[in-house]
Amino acid sequence: MILRSTIAALAALVSGPALALDIFATVPEWGALAHELGGDDVKVYTATTALQNVHHIQARPSLIAKYRQADLVIATGADLESGWLPALAQKGNNPRVQPGAPGFFEAFRHVKMLEVPEVLDRSMGDVHPYGNPHIQTAAPNILAIAGPLAERLAQLDPEHAAGYRARAAEFEQKWRAALVRWEAQAKPLMGVPVVSTHRDSSYLYAWLGLKEVATLEPKPGIPPSVGHLEKVLEGLKKQPARMVLRAAYQDDKPAQWLAERIQIPVVELPFSVGGAKGTDDLFGYFDVTIERLLQGAGGAK
Amino acid sequence: MIQHPVFSVVAGIALLGVTSLAAAQSPGRSFNPKTSLILQGTFADYSSDAEPEVSGVLLGPETEPRPAGFSLAETELVIEANVDDQFHGWASIALENEDGETAVAVEEAYVDTLALPAGLALKVGRFFSELGYQNHVHAHGWDFVDLPLVYRALLAGQVNDDGAQLRWVAPTDLFFEVGVEALRGSEFPGGGDAGDGSEAGVAFVHLGGDVGESHSWRVGLSHLATEASNRLTGEDVPTAFTGDSDIGILDVVYKWAPGGNPSQRSFVLNFEAMHRREQGTLTDELSGVTSDYEGDQQGSYLQGVYKFMPRWRVGLRLERLRSDNTVANNPGGEFDALLDDSYDPGRASVMLDFSNSEFSRLRLQFSRDATRPDDEKDNQFFVQYVMSLGSHPAHQF
Repeated sequence: MILRSTIAALAALVSGPALALDIFATVPEWGALAHELGGDDVKVYTATTALQNVHHIQARPSLIAKYRQADLVIATGADLESGWLPALAQKGNNPRVQPGAPGFFEAFRHVKMLEVPEVLDRSMGDVHPYGNPHIQTAAPNILAIAGPLAERLAQLDPEHAAGYRARAAEFEQKWRAALVRWEAQAKPLMGVPVVSTHRDSSYLYAWLGLKEVATLEPKPGIPPSVGHLEKVLEGLKKQPARMVLRAAYQDDKPAQWLAERIQIPVVELPFSVGGAKGTDDLFGYFDVTIERLLQGAGGAK
Repeated sequence: MIQHPVFSVVAGIALLGVTSLAAAQSPGRSFNPKTSLILQGTFADYSSDAEPEVSGVLLGPETEPRPAGFSLAETELVIEANVDDQFHGWASIALENEDGETAVAVEEAYVDTLALPAGLALKVGRFFSELGYQNHVHAHGWDFVDLPLVYRALLAGQVNDDGAQLRWVAPTDLFFEVGVEALRGSEFPGGGDAGDGSEAGVAFVHLGGDVGESHSWRVGLSHLATEASNRLTGEDVPTAFTGDSDIGILDVVYKWAPGGNPSQRSFVLNFEAMHRREQGTLTDELSGVTSDYEGDQQGSYLQGVYKFMPRWRVGLRLERLRSDNTVANNPGGEFDALLDDSYDPGRASVMLDFSNSEFSRLRLQFSRDATRPDDEKDNQFFVQYVMSLGSHPAHQF
């Protein structure tokens, strides 16, 4: 009897409890989306915060332990997590979430990728062969991903399929309303020239019509040098910008260096859920992003 | 690892020469299967030209320091891909300079499982053992130009042997991993005449986790038990060892990355202690003198590497070795090297490196080496480059 219950307990330990779907989200935006769509039917673990540079995460033992237990991994894909997710897959021994398995969801497959390089050459910096992976910065992309993600949740957890679909429908309705509001608010941003730190807001610019005139990183992934900053400064004399944008996780110094010299504001963007006060969910993330962009554009000379 | 099976197929076709197809498709496919080539070279300068022996131990093969002057270190070609939905394959081929000739060495060539249930994974082929912390780290991932002294003296570098490894990861939030390896045993400290081809065994256990957002750690215990049969060491006068060799290793690594961001500033502290016991007989090949032998050698290192600003790191490594060997029969002083306990070998190194991107690294290192017999000191100076072309495999913790 004791032996049998021990075996049952061990089996439960090995297979994991089937109560809620264990979700491993690589970045906060997909963790937040999983919350919206999964409600109480899911248990979400988010591997990184908006204050971390998701290109450079270490495959820490704690992440391997979480990966091992996951029923679903939600990643951006497109090589965003290529420095650490493969190491987790290699050490995490979890076939449920192996690439190719139903438990592996890549968000980038559901949006139109920008900046897909024609030529792959590392002299261009750390270019991503699938295109720019920072897809969460445009709100319409979130909607494009929500539908397929809800379907995946329903497929993995058919018992609660109705709940996932109902929450997805509700989310879509609220998101469409928010899109109308954000696009109306952001009208004054159309055509506003800006300087970015890393090329990580291309989707945001394409969505709202902002114009990137320079980046502080000479090549993607190569930190700004003073020499390059001088060049950017020179270029901005001919083609002025209204603000310097910096994601919350990035070093503030290069942006400040430039901003002090040409007297334009530095705007810190949350970049994801949790990147600033008031960005506890995806709605807040875009509310704050647009509010700060408007402040930056309005505060310029 | 992260790749769609369809892409592997396309990449395979591209490799066969139908490049136009791959070019017409998304350029993402041209990196699959993941291929990378590591280029490494050093310039070394030594103040001492004494034989690089280490008191208290018989050094295994290929344990000399890097050649003085300019030299190419191993050029490493790595190819990896998922074989299908069940298997993943990895090969790393090293081209090395050996006595003026280029030697090709299969460093690793293994297949591991992708879809075993219950947190299990099996690996077969030739691979770096999960012994200790640095044993599985490829040369391009080292934090110093050379391996710690304990690896050089007690393992003759890294243990990469033919065999099988079974590993289990517990479904717990605290990282807990155990594994066993059955190995051929042809690698130092085993080796020598062929036995039955499965003479070494490794067992390891790892625990790890985070403390807050900025701190992470891992602790490991591992053990290697192997047999040697006429294992020859020493360049001029070979000494043969036949018997059992056992090594126990404790490894600790602690990493600090403020807010979980290692790219601006970070610190890695790493400690390993090894204890090797050998029991058997020694034969001096020149005189034919034989003796019973009990070797007891232990050593440790402590190293810290601090990234003080993006791309720049400094490191300090302190090392010590101690031996207490028993040689029953030493009529003409044949085994004096093992009995020299007049002082404990030690080494101290400082390094500074710069990484223009994650694919390139330039390094300066200075080491104060006091490992040779008779208290001979050596000031060692190194300049090194490590470059990686192509799709760089993700690094383990």
